[in-house]
Amino acid sequence: MRREGSAFQGLGVVVLKELSDHLTSVRMRVLEWLVVLVALAALYGAIQQIKETTAEDPFLFLRLFTTSRDPLPSFVSFISFLVPLMAIGLGFDAVNGEYNRRTLSRILSQPIYRDALLFGKFLAGLMTLAISLITLWLLVIGLGLLLIGIPPGAEEIGRSFLFLLVTIIYAGVWLALALLFSIVFRSAATAALVTLGIWLFITFIWPVLAGAVAQIIAPLDPRYTALGLPTPATAQAEHILARLSPATLFAETVVALLDPTTRSLGPIYLSQLQGAVLGAPLPLSESMLIAWPQTVGMIAGAILLFVIGYVTFQRQEVRA
Amino acid sequence: MNEDNVIEAAGLTKRYGNAVAVDHISFTVGRGEIFGLLGPNGAGKTTTILMLLGLTDISGGAVSVLGFNPAREPLSVKRRVGYLPDTVGFYDQLSAADNMRYTARLIGFKKQDREKRIADALDRVGLAEFAGNRVGTFSRGMRQRLGLAEILMKGAQIAILDEPTSGLDPHATAELLAIIRGFKSEGVSVLLSSHLLERVQSVCDRVALFSGGRIALMGSVADLGRQVLGGGYVVDIEADGAGLAERLTLIPGVSGVERTGIGKLRLHADRDVRPEAAVEVVAMQGRLKYLGVQEPSLDAIYTRYFEARPDAAMTAKTGARHAA
Repeated sequence: MRREGSAFQGLGVVVLKELSDHLTSVRMRVLEWLVVLVALAALYGAIQQIKETTAEDPFLFLRLFTTSRDPLPSFVSFISFLVPLMAIGLGFDAVNGEYNRRTLSRILSQPIYRDALLFGKFLAGLMTLAISLITLWLLVIGLGLLLIGIPPGAEEIGRSFLFLLVTIIYAGVWLALALLFSIVFRSAATAALVTLGIWLFITFIWPVLAGAVAQIIAPLDPRYTALGLPTPATAQAEHILARLSPATLFAETVVALLDPTTRSLGPIYLSQLQGAVLGAPLPLSESMLIAWPQTVGMIAGAILLFVIGYVTFQRQEVRA
Repeated sequence: MNEDNVIEAAGLTKRYGNAVAVDHISFTVGRGEIFGLLGPNGAGKTTTILMLLGLTDISGGAVSVLGFNPAREPLSVKRRVGYLPDTVGFYDQLSAADNMRYTARLIGFKKQDREKRIADALDRVGLAEFAGNRVGTFSRGMRQRLGLAEILMKGAQIAILDEPTSGLDPHATAELLAIIRGFKSEGVSVLLSSHLLERVQSVCDRVALFSGGRIALMGSVADLGRQVLGGGYVVDIEADGAGLAERLTLIPGVSGVERTGIGKLRLHADRDVRPEAAVEVVAMQGRLKYLGVQEPSLDAIYTRYFEARPDAAMTAKTGARHAA
């Protein structure tokens, strides 16, 4: 049975309305200030640290993002911590908010499909996050120029721009998750708590748990342990398990992109390193190749979560 | 499809798992008619409305709205039908006009057309001066009127109103019913649902009484009254004149006369005997102070119908539980 008309009729209208709602909301303003202040603090620490080190570094500009100075973590760690929070903050009441305001049935009785409403909400959320992150990125580059005084090279700009894109994708994963729970739970508070709980679990508990579960799947080999080496099978299993978490995928991608000397994101044998000049930077295309599977993994995760939400929403009754 | 009917439903059914919310109902709504779906909460009224709009799947039966099938051509149906949901909601942080603008854009009206339609519609429902106010400050009655303004703005051929008067004070109800009558005068068909029988009795041309997902009774209020209340008209007269009661008994069709007070008489007849009664009073040189026929009340019809059929009332109750 085919439906008449396009599923995306009215999509642009929904996106514009949601975008203006997001950009004028108090919630968004609080989140933006939080991100800007935190980023400035991290940046300040990084610049102090960079000024003290005199060693020559061909990628000094990228150190802005990755260098930390006690007690502040690096800019990248701040971002990987705050971006999920922003995305969850924008998405947790997207659909159940419409139910609770009792606007859903009125909007859906206009000549549009549910597809347009859901897709519009996701796109508007992603655009809001992209706008904030691009602003933040420009701010960091500008401040870096002013405070370090060395202009970044083309490759550094390229690498940091890819970092920006990957961060937006990472935000999309959490936005899709928040949207999914805003469909599943009628109460916005429940949706927010469950999403935050999953975020805490995935970001802080899962990496620890992955190691323990890996040892159950592939027990440690005493011969390796005796030599003080990790068991290859166990290390492999731990990596596979840890990569189920988008936080791990994001961290690995960022390392590959912002640290040009990264040659592999998993365990490798010494024999594989034969002939390699350790510490020599890889060209950008090689780093992209290393980060590519992780990036695709994040995109796939976002699409999967969105599709689950989409199917659930299509099957839901519109009456409150 | 009959040209004069805007909605035709035949054997319409909605099942949730094993529970039947709407059970093979059939009805038609004519052009420019005000049709009432009446019945207790959970009787299947809202589900029926959602099926007409294509907002919920149809489990069985056929339905046609303005010649379109809501399941296959929902956009065509929704472009021509206005819907006011039960306790309608708006975006509280936006103004009344901005809320309407969003809807107008979703419908796809062009910019110039949009502003004119919005201004006209808000004016019609008496909200023109509040156009720039945030909807968060609106009372319930104003929200309902804003919902009707949206239907006017849309230029809908059918207005579907779910419980439009529930929770409103008598003044707001009267205003709302006046706007609904205005729809009729413009040739817009109205389908409204309510559990408040007497409030809507005055505006409906025809009603369908729901119970347990079925239509128990359908027709004009007067017809239903005759059908259920055992027929007959009750005419009240207040007049003086000796022997009036005896004279009135002789009018053909009158089955009984009772005295209800000093100079007050009540006639039971099988037709409207007001003209003959007036003639009798005047012929006796009596002074006629009051002459009126009692309209059958929907409440009485409803109560009597379910008293007479306890099994029907039983189904109504279990049906309500299923739907809840």
